Amino acid sequence: MAGADVRKERLDRGIKVRTSGIYAISGGKEIGYLILPRLVLIAGLLLLPLVVTNPYWQRVISIVGIYALLALSFDFLTHYVGLVSLGGAFFVGVGGYLAALLNTKLGLSPLFSIPLATVGGGLFCTLAILPCLPLRGVYFSIVTLMYPLLAMRVIEALNIFGGTEGIMGVASFPNRWVEQYSLIVVLLLALFGLRRLVNTDLGLVFRAVKDNDQAVKASGINITHYKTLAVFISASLACLGGAYLVHIYMWAGISTLALDFSIIPIAATVIGGGGTLVGPVLGALILVPISELLRAFGTLRIVFYALILMAFIVFRSEGIMVYAQRKYHQFEKWVQV
Amino acid sequence: MSGPPLLEVQNISKAFGGIQALSGVSFNVHSRDIFGIIGPNGSGKTTLVNSITGFVRIDSGKVNFQGREISNLPPHKIADLGVTRTFQIMRPYYSLPAYKNLIIPLFSPRARRTGGWRGGGKLGDRDTVGIDILEEIGFERDSQVPYKLASTLPTGYLKRLELARCLALRPELILCDEVFSGLSMSEIASMLPLIERLQMEGITLIMIEHRLKELFRVANRVLVMNFGQKLIEGSPEEVMADPKVKEAYLGSEDLSDYV
Repeated sequence: MAGADVRKERLDRGIKVRTSGIYAISGGKEIGYLILPRLVLIAGLLLLPLVVTNPYWQRVISIVGIYALLALSFDFLTHYVGLVSLGGAFFVGVGGYLAALLNTKLGLSPLFSIPLATVGGGLFCTLAILPCLPLRGVYFSIVTLMYPLLAMRVIEALNIFGGTEGIMGVASFPNRWVEQYSLIVVLLLALFGLRRLVNTDLGLVFRAVKDNDQAVKASGINITHYKTLAVFISASLACLGGAYLVHIYMWAGISTLALDFSIIPIAATVIGGGGTLVGPVLGALILVPISELLRAFGTLRIVFYALILMAFIVFRSEGIMVYAQRKYHQFEKWVQV
Repeated sequence: MSGPPLLEVQNISKAFGGIQALSGVSFNVHSRDIFGIIGPNGSGKTTLVNSITGFVRIDSGKVNFQGREISNLPPHKIADLGVTRTFQIMRPYYSLPAYKNLIIPLFSPRARRTGGWRGGGKLGDRDTVGIDILEEIGFERDSQVPYKLASTLPTGYLKRLELARCLALRPELILCDEVFSGLSMSEIASMLPLIERLQMEGITLIMIEHRLKELFRVANRVLVMNFGQKLIEGSPEEVMADPKVKEAYLGSEDLSDYV
């Protein structure tokens, strides 16, 4: 087709009015055009538990949901506040242990232990991270990386919370429908809630702290307050993931503090497209099943996993969602020259 | 000038390691002054602004604003009192449209109290207030300019955006760190009336400048800095006539000084 007398023309769709962030909508077609991708995501996630029949893969759905929450928490804090936290595993562990303790010691059902672990764990993690908030860039990352390592060794050395054995006998969900649908609904609420938040005036202050914290200070705003609030939001989401994890596996142990929970969400964010919020969810949806499929390769699993990650980063370094969003808003056609 | 000074800088000093950036600088700025600060590169002008606004801690000395000591308060507290600053290297929020840049200062406690530049104690819708401020400062409302990403704006608009960010707080005092540098003659010519209008409205300005001709047109007091010290202070005419100033800028005319 690409002969001498035709060329490819690329246009932005008319709907994208040239004032970034503001869309002028002028009819049903355009509304449909904007709603379609959201609908596909919502319907797709809600159908997932129905179409997957294999019990093993049904469990994977829940794990995907948990990693999606963690990736969302990482993406928000990194790309909207500028704090690159490697302490995701710490958040998961705190949420997990808290939920397990609330359930086994106080006898609270998951209906109460999960929300309490979310908020309480968020508060605890925020207080723990508070001394690091003046740090910027790689210094913040390195210090937050120490938290899960530290917590793991403290639990081991002091033999608290069951030590290396962990806390057993944590209540599970009544059935898989409650487990999966509550998780999917919570995930969707978190995703759309965060997307809304980052475009409110409060969200703009978060983004300004990332862009340029000096100018925010010069505007009479105490940036420590806003960093604290952002860490609380992010930590709460990850604690929520941790609480789910513990109730699904019916066990809380030091492996909930494993660095996988810090690293895999970052990989999911990179693959999905950082700063899009929906990208990390998509990334988790791709990465976690791939990781399960690769179990067939035994020890070589990590090798293939790393190769896939590298290929993604080399060939689509912007991330799937960034690429997809750009393509969705453009259309190409061949025109006669 | 009668009445107590708005800003009193008393004998402040600051060293970065072995480099004495400021040594014993004192001056007073009165309400409605346009107070110029000039000096060769490296003479401590920006450090002076950073010290007054709390971005660096001073080693000794005192800064009073409206009779209250503000030395070494954190920057956001100083800004909250109405002492704002622009940055020499412009610091807009590049990922946001121009008018959204003003949401951040309008979100501050001070803007909520004062209502912004023209708010009269009540803060309206932040988007509207932001666009109003941009219009007053020279962003054409009906053009696309206020809605463009800050990263796509030319220098002239970015300098105005820096000022707008200060004005959104309804400040008492603005410290302008080289707002004219990098601007064309016509852009500067259009900024000067704005500066004068701010003075008429009762906003006090401290202006660090290298563009002496333009500065001397608007300033009523000028402080000359050299090697972190105050060289002289006076009216623009006095400063221009002083041989020490020429020496600081152009080097000594008499070689025997060095021998």
